[in-house]
Amino acid sequence: MKELLLIAIGSALVNNVVLSQFLGLCPFLGVSKKVETSAGMGAAVIFVITIASAVASLIYDFILLPSGMSYLQTIVFILVIAGLVQFVEMFLKKNMVSLYESLGVYLPLITTNCAVLGVALTNVTKAYNFIQSVVNGIGISVGFTIAIVLLAGVRERIEHNDVPYNFQGSPIVLITAGLMSIAFFGFSGLI
Amino acid sequence: MNKNMERLYNGIIKENPTFVLMLGMCPTLAVTTSAINGIGMGLSTTAVLVFSNFIISILRNIIPDRVRIPAYIVVIASLVTVVQLLIQGFLPSLYSSLGIYIPLIVVNCIILGRAESYAAKNDPISSAFDGIGMGLGFTIALTCIGLCRELLGAGAVFGQQIIPEDYHISIFILAPGAFFVLSILTALQNKFKAPSATNGSAPKSSALVCGGNCASCMGAACAENHLKLAEKAAEEAAKAAAAKKAAAEKALAAKKAAEAAKAAEAGKTE
Repeated sequence: MKELLLIAIGSALVNNVVLSQFLGLCPFLGVSKKVETSAGMGAAVIFVITIASAVASLIYDFILLPSGMSYLQTIVFILVIAGLVQFVEMFLKKNMVSLYESLGVYLPLITTNCAVLGVALTNVTKAYNFIQSVVNGIGISVGFTIAIVLLAGVRERIEHNDVPYNFQGSPIVLITAGLMSIAFFGFSGLI
Repeated sequence: MNKNMERLYNGIIKENPTFVLMLGMCPTLAVTTSAINGIGMGLSTTAVLVFSNFIISILRNIIPDRVRIPAYIVVIASLVTVVQLLIQGFLPSLYSSLGIYIPLIVVNCIILGRAESYAAKNDPISSAFDGIGMGLGFTIALTCIGLCRELLGAGAVFGQQIIPEDYHISIFILAPGAFFVLSILTALQNKFKAPSATNGSAPKSSALVCGGNCASCMGAACAENHLKLAEKAAEEAAKAAAAKKAAAEKALAAKKAAEAAKAAEAGKTE
């Protein structure tokens, strides 16, 4: 139990997926204009990454490893993730219309999000078992959500401030992200 | 030959994937802690890009349109696996410093972007040259960023110490430094009004509404892209239908003419 908690905190705060691993930067910079949309994106990411890390872990443990084909992991994972996102989208559209309406827009964006593939590969590199993989997936995606919602909050405030001309647009967002990244170094003493 | 040189110029300068199009930001920020890492990452991406463009261009008439993206991804992922195994075998130190970012070349938007916007429409040789140009542009950009960060953060150039340790600003080789370097770079582009995706003046790719620009993607562009693609498909379908109709009319007219000729002939013989 203690070990699982350490994995979750470690991947959510200490090694935050965006601010220290640089995975999933495109949505982090792109969909962080408003707190509402960024929270929606975060929820979709939590949903997909948790399912994807569970499925990828099962496939690796029960199909790739016994048959000695672990070198195929990259190909298998990317195809499984792409298929999974499509499947989740269709399932939500059919069975959970309200959830689809709030998350649906973000789902296609997630297929090419490197965080999803990154989690699946990290789980394999660190030799996590099924439960550890799922916990790691939840931790990483919660970390992503925390980072993107915080950045969106800051950006909403920046809108009303007088930013020097050359720093308008993405430069000021990147500076903000850098400062947040420094702040997240404060968590490194946690574990 | 001229066309191939033009592809190289286009990739390295005019549409540089990092400085102008702002594609593939994840590896750009993550691995540029030193110039050597930048070169390693850039060259691995170049290798994948050249072969994926070449193979996809050869297969462009075989792959059905509906399943082209999964097909491209399979080609790219196989090439990435080959490159990964080669690096693991021959350059173990580079392998350990790049780590998880080698398999993540699969989801680098430069590769899928070039496959979709260039290799799927052009012949294999110029697609391969397009890959070389884009790859070299990426390598040069990563090396420059790596050089800056290594010089400021570790006081070294390609591992050679040139600044004494007391003057190092070590934050530049840590994660926040990557954000700061990129932000200064984009601010300079704003200052000199250089063409760049960050100030909306990048050369746009015509097939997509967003121009394949990830940095300013709001997600809304996807819906617009779908609309545009659907419009294009509808237009093509309408064109095809018109052509079919014209062909049918022509055939009908020909048939009528033939019948008339036959009738005339029949009249003559009577």
